[in-house]
This record gives sequence, C-alpha cells and structure tokens, in this order.
Amino acid sequence: MAELTPEKLKDLKNKANKIRQLIIEMLVEAESGHSAGPLGMTDIFTAFYFHILNHNPKNPNFSDRDRLVLSNGHICPVQYATMALSGYFPIEELKTLRKINSRLQGHPHRASLPGLETTSGPLGEGLSQAIGITLARNLDKKNYYVYCLTSDGEHEEGNTWEAVMFAAKNKLNNLIQVIDRNYIQIDGNTENVMPLDSLKAKYESFNWNAIEVQGNDIKSFIEAIEKAKLEPNKPTIIIAKTIPGKGVSFMENDYHWHGKPPSKEEAEKALSELKIEEEKLNA
Amino acid sequence: MLNPDLKLNNKLFDENVEIKPTRAGYGEGLLELGEKNPNVVALCADLTESTYAHLFAQKYPERFFQVGVAEQNMAAIAAGLAISGKIPFISSYATFSPGKNWETIRTTVAYDRSNVKIAGHHAGIMTGQDGATHQATEDIASVRSWPNIKILVPCDSVEGKKATIKASEIVGPVYLRFSRDKTPIITTAETQFEIGKIQTFWTSEKPAATIFATGYILYYALLAAKELEVENINVLVANVSTIKPLDENAVFSLAKQTKAFVTAEDHQVIGGLGGAIAEYVVKNIPLPMEFVGLQDTFAESGTPKELIEKYKMGKNDIKAAVKKVIQRKS
Repeated sequence: MAELTPEKLKDLKNKANKIRQLIIEMLVEAESGHSAGPLGMTDIFTAFYFHILNHNPKNPNFSDRDRLVLSNGHICPVQYATMALSGYFPIEELKTLRKINSRLQGHPHRASLPGLETTSGPLGEGLSQAIGITLARNLDKKNYYVYCLTSDGEHEEGNTWEAVMFAAKNKLNNLIQVIDRNYIQIDGNTENVMPLDSLKAKYESFNWNAIEVQGNDIKSFIEAIEKAKLEPNKPTIIIAKTIPGKGVSFMENDYHWHGKPPSKEEAEKALSELKIEEEKLNA
Repeated sequence: MLNPDLKLNNKLFDENVEIKPTRAGYGEGLLELGEKNPNVVALCADLTESTYAHLFAQKYPERFFQVGVAEQNMAAIAAGLAISGKIPFISSYATFSPGKNWETIRTTVAYDRSNVKIAGHHAGIMTGQDGATHQATEDIASVRSWPNIKILVPCDSVEGKKATIKASEIVGPVYLRFSRDKTPIITTAETQFEIGKIQTFWTSEKPAATIFATGYILYYALLAAKELEVENINVLVANVSTIKPLDENAVFSLAKQTKAFVTAEDHQVIGGLGGAIAEYVVKNIPLPMEFVGLQDTFAESGTPKELIEKYKMGKNDIKAAVKKVIQRKS
C-alpha cells in the first residue's frame, strides 16, 4: 500500500464527495434502491478502490489482484459509482442502474459486470464466498488479500456465523472482513430488531482478530487495514462504525432511508449539501 | 430383451445379482478425479462416510474441507472456490443440500453458473428407516426449475461413478442424485454413458408403451418389462440418467414408436422425471401417460422393500401402470 500523504488524503476525501454525488444522481434516476448504506460506506469504498486494493480497472481479472467481495449487495450503488470513477466503465452508465438491459443490476450480478467478484443480495452468503476464494488462494499459493464487506443486519443470518466459525477454524488470516456497523436495517434500529452488540466480544470469542474503527474516517480505516494485515493466524474483522446516509443531513442516522431513493427535490437538496462540502474541502 | 448393444450386466435377472449403493459410485468417481484433476476439491457437511466423500478426504486431505453441519456455508464456499478456478463437489443428504441451502445454491451457483457439483445423497424413500425427514422426494422438482443446471440420476453404482467423472468435465452447475440402499448393478464398465442421452435398456418387437425410469427404480422397470413379455405385452424401457437437459429427440421418437408412456421414479410424481417428460409431451406429441412415484404424500420409516410396496413404486405397480396406459390408447 502506498503512503497516505496529506495530499492523497485530501484527494480521497474529494473522491468520496464525488461518489456521494454520483450515488444521489443514480438513485434519483433509478427511482428505487437504497440510499443510507451506500452513502455511509462511501469513505470505505473510496479507501479501497483508490488506496488499498491492488486492482486494475482495465484488466479486472488479472490473477494476483486483491479480491473485494461485497456481501450486502443492496448497497451496490456505492460500488458501481466507485468502480465507474476508478475507470471500470463510463460514468454515464451509472444512469442505467436497475433499468432494462443494464449491466448494473439492482443487486450485483457477477456475470453482468467485469470487476464484480461475486453475485450478492440474499444476505449472509458473501463471507462464505470470500472464504472459498481464500481457500483457493491458499491452494494456489497466491499472495493477494481477500476483503469481504458485510452489513450488521446480515449478522442475523445463521449462514454468517457458519462462515465465521469456518474462517477461524482454518486460520484464514488473509481474509479481512469489514462490517458496516451502522445500526440500521429495514425494520428499524438493529438493537431493537435483533440485538447484535457486542460484535467485538462475539468475534473475539469466535477466535477472530477484532478491530473497531470509525468507518467514515478514511485515515483511521486505512490504518486499521494495515494493522489487520499484520495478523499471523486469525481472520480479522474490522467493525467500522458508520453514519448511514453520511453527507446528507436529512438522511443521516434515519433508518427510513435504508431502502428508498430520494425524490427529485430531495436529490437537489442532497446534491447542494454535497457541493457545499466539496467547496469546503478545497477552500 | 436387454439391449445387447449396451453391454449391460448379463446376470441382472439372477437371484444373486451383485448389489451396491449408487453413492458408492460417487465415492469411487471422486477418488479417481482426485488423481486425474488437481483442481477438483471436495466439501462435506459432517456426513463424510455416508456420502462416500471419505475416500477422497483420506487420500487428498489438503483438498478436502470439512464444514460441519452447515450446508449453506458449504454451498457458498464452493461457489467461491469455483470463482477461483476450482471444481468443488459438495456432499450431503439431498434434503439438506440442495434442500436446506436451496436459495444459496440458486444465487451463488445456478444464477452465477458456478462450476459447482452438488451431490445429493439419501434421495428417495429408499433411504428407509430414517423416515420422511431424511428421504429427499422433492429435490428434482426444486432443482429442475433453475436455469443453467444439469441433473444426473445414475441407475447403479457403475453409472454413478461415470456420472461423477463426466460431471467434472463439463463447466457449470450439476446436480447428482444418489440413493442409500444397495441396489442391483445394471450396467457394466463397457456400457456407454453420455450426459443428456436417454438409452433404451429393454427392447422388444412392436412395443405398446415406453417405461421411462430414473435411478435405481430402473431395475424394477426392467423386471416389469420381462414379466410383461411373458403376458405378451411388449414394452420398451428407457434409462433417463440425465433429467435436465431432457433428451427431447429420444422422447419424441419413443412417443412416435409406442404412443403411450409410463414414468417411474423414487420422487414425488409432481415436478420430477414424469413432470419433465409430460411438459415436453403435451407441447409436442400428446399421448396417454401414467406416473409411478410418490403420489403427493410424505412417506415414513420402514425398510426400503416395505416402503416401495406400501407407496406403490415397485415392479407390480409399474406393470399395472403399463396395462392402464395401454388401455387408454385410442
């Protein structure tokens, strides 16, 4: 991983702002989709695609690339926007999200779009898929890292814990999971729907290396990844506390924005807030 | 008579015909693949011996993954391995895989066209004493509705081994269905096996009906054909070792030739072999059909022999179905 200079950090923050604008534009055009999760995870996606990952948008399948597996596929607008900005496909194509004949399916479909590692949407499956990729990595004696992004809500799925046990048993220390700990799911606050805390204590008792971090702080997140890479025996979970809807004041921390897009008026308001933020960043 | 071209077991109708479970063929095939193809890996969910995956696991421990009692995890891990170029075989009882993990396989294997081979064991009421919870009798129906997947149901352990090996040679999802109890060896090593081909195992002059059978029940169909011949009722018996894709050309020509069909399977009569053939027939060449199988009910504990008799899936039931279907010919 390259050094994170102050200039680079400023560039990453600018990119995150741009990606948030793209997400709002996509969602308003699609007239359906999820708002809060993608905005909350934008800083982490920015850090991955523009700093952490060894990847090549012009050659998405080269065999030594790092793998980024998105398990909670419903936040794919942020992945699509980040991929477009990093050069996987033209930014204009983002407007096709969820539309007929589009490569940008409502939930990610691996065969539809080069650069997607897996198909996802049904929750609780991504960590298992990432484990399979890691097992193959180890059999083939490769050196890449496998990152798996999950949601807190999908920790209510039994499949997730099946995978958690397996990864610890097999000492998959090159598997790094990042959980979007935003405390919301469709029906409300996670702790009301189905209490999950303390995730850190749960993971440690399942024999994982657990790191907590503020997920909207790009610098801290990158440092957490660097720390995770030093772990010699265990898989790592980075519990990234994020603000759902981050960057748009009326969406932040409101679970009602989990699964709906902004109206035209709301999108205008959101974009103007993001543009003010952009000016501040570059002042 | 048994089709001489297929070099079938010439001791098939002997009282002491060799018997072996179809799942043993899976184990032997997987073991051979371990040697032949370094990309073949195997996963099992705490049923390693009864699925015969232990043969592979003992010889190739570095390519065997024990996932514990976690069928969803097993399926999605296999999908991840396949994404990275491996050829995973996942083994469990069919009620659990592709039963319990149905959606996991739908999404990560079928939709994704992952190169995963799903071996569903203990299929059918032949599972016996364990009872209906462990007798997979809807698995063909539930898998057959997925696009992109092939379904293979070997009639004996010899064919089971061939099907396992052939499954590894095609890229994409395959469901292999095996049964628990020892059943007669019908084919030989010399019998040709090809995915997607229906083969006529019993031939006769001027046949009045075709019996299509899949899995070990083919043996009962052949016994029925032999006895019917004594009663001057001539039939053909076809082995449907691939249910999907269905060999439509063969079904069409057998329809033209015999103009009446009986299907026999250890599965619900809804959505399995009979359903697949009926769907084709009504669209292309309508004719009377009778369905031998589980008649929209769950079975129970008992010996396989008792269950086959009680749930009317044996030789005499097939004979009765043949007589009925011939009567229905206009």
